[in-house]
Amino acid sequence: MIKTSSSRLGLASALLVALLAAGCASSVKLDGPAPVENRDANAGANANAGANAAGNAQSNVATVDLTAKSAANSGADRIVYFDFDSFVVKDEYRGVVETNAKQLNANRQKRVSVEGHTDDRGGREYNLALGQKRAEAVQKSLTLLGVQASQVEAVSFGEERPASAGADEAAWAKNRRAELKDR
Amino acid sequence: MWQRRHWLAAAGGLALTPALPALAQFRVEISGVGATQLPIALLRFRDEASAPQAISPVIRADLERSGLFRFVDTPLQIDETGLPMYADLRSRGADALVAGSATKLVDGRFDVRYKLWDVVKGADQGGQSMAVPPADLRLAAHRIADALYEKLTGEKGVFATRIAYVTKGGGRYTLRIADADGEGGQVALTSPDPIISPAWSPDGKELAYVSFETRKAVVWVQDTSTGARRQVANYKGSNSAPAWSPDGRTLAVTLSMEGGSQLFLLNRDGSQPRRFTQSQAIDTEPVFSPDGKFVYFVSDRGGSPQIYKQAVTGGGAERVTFSGSYNISPAISPDGRTLAFVQRQGGSTFRVMTLDLASGNSQAVSDTSDDESPSFSPNGRFIIYATRSQGREVLMTTTLDGKVKTRLLTSGQDIREPVWGPFGR
Repeated sequence: MIKTSSSRLGLASALLVALLAAGCASSVKLDGPAPVENRDANAGANANAGANAAGNAQSNVATVDLTAKSAANSGADRIVYFDFDSFVVKDEYRGVVETNAKQLNANRQKRVSVEGHTDDRGGREYNLALGQKRAEAVQKSLTLLGVQASQVEAVSFGEERPASAGADEAAWAKNRRAELKDR
Repeated sequence: MWQRRHWLAAAGGLALTPALPALAQFRVEISGVGATQLPIALLRFRDEASAPQAISPVIRADLERSGLFRFVDTPLQIDETGLPMYADLRSRGADALVAGSATKLVDGRFDVRYKLWDVVKGADQGGQSMAVPPADLRLAAHRIADALYEKLTGEKGVFATRIAYVTKGGGRYTLRIADADGEGGQVALTSPDPIISPAWSPDGKELAYVSFETRKAVVWVQDTSTGARRQVANYKGSNSAPAWSPDGRTLAVTLSMEGGSQLFLLNRDGSQPRRFTQSQAIDTEPVFSPDGKFVYFVSDRGGSPQIYKQAVTGGGAERVTFSGSYNISPAISPDGRTLAFVQRQGGSTFRVMTLDLASGNSQAVSDTSDDESPSFSPNGRFIIYATRSQGREVLMTTTLDGKVKTRLLTSGQDIREPVWGPFGR
């Protein structure tokens, strides 16, 4: 398995949760009901982890959620957004391109797909070609930083895989993107 | 004035209940053709009630959907061997009479017969007999409708042809094939990943399409009767927009393997890809002219997407559309005279247009604003296209003058990417 910085980040935050949970567990009275805290949206998950830790830690089962993995695979550091009708990789995404180029240059065996996307206005085939143009723009940015052409395949999903289902500018802006995915 | 009819209910009391899964359903919307409709009396076929599929309601639905007929009620009850009471039919204003029968044979097939009479002349216009298995009763009815349509209008009918389209619902994409009336739908392919751009082979036996099942766009060809499928274009990058040459030997596709989206020609088995366009722009959505000599396609080489044509033998591309800043998805009528396409008007209105290639006159044929994927019926009289209605994706058919439209809905699913199959089933 190829570890990316985002999956390392995921691992680190999982460890952090476990440590917090363990810390919690030590102060829980075993004969009383577990205290419930509602700090934020993640409170429920933490409470569950705490309950497990309070019981037999050896029976913990780690859940592998492929949805989460796929989300990590296209985390913020792997997406480049585009302006309307534009194929220019904007300066604000230079960091995204450089980070990914560094990883690809450090490991010549590593392969990625750059998946181009558009919003849903216009024809499906023309949008497929527009998404391809976005993917190829990111591919070019990577190869300019020394990545081998054989390490990157630019493909397009056109308007078929929107990140947001809305029909307003906010949704369209999220859909005009190129995502880097491990292969 | 707009007439709206709940089509199937009017046609024969076939109850439509929401419990039927994903049942396709056309509704007919007719405007301004009343004066030109031919009055016709269509009798219930003898014994059709005991067949698994009644014949006369299908014929009636087909003919009514064309917008060219209106139906005259009569108490007459005869089959194809009977004698029509011409005087009574004339007094009711009928110009033609159709009667027939559906008789079960000992081998389980049905013998379907009909006869057409010219009521005005008082003349027998002939009929036909066909023995079909129960599963082909709808097809037999469509064939009779085609024969009647041709006899009464002089044009070939398309009721026995099929359409292919893609539905999306419950996170699945399904490539379906249905009769031209939207009924009898069957699944050709179902996938959790998108399916786009189906294209019928000229013999109507295969469908080319783009599937994303391998996490990228790949062109496949599938035999519709066996389900056997093969990849015909799976090169680096995206592979899309398949189109068949009229002789079925060549496919035009859009490939990005050499960078950018460019047109290539392939043999039908996918071998020998050869680059057809050479531009720094997007070239896509190829379609062959009916004589096989030209490829029409979309290119933004002039700064905005427009439709061009280029001889199959090579040479330069010639621009075809000039008005509007966004013209895509070309389709050519079977006689080669009319181009149908989608034009963006204003910011976000996408409308099916026709362009008379000789005169350069263009005309809107839709009154909706989110149209996609026009495709001609093989007799050139209708265009089917996708649009949106009340938040759902639906299919529409329209006559070329835009006057008679039908709408195809499915329960709980989006329906898109229609393409009309050829004659000859």
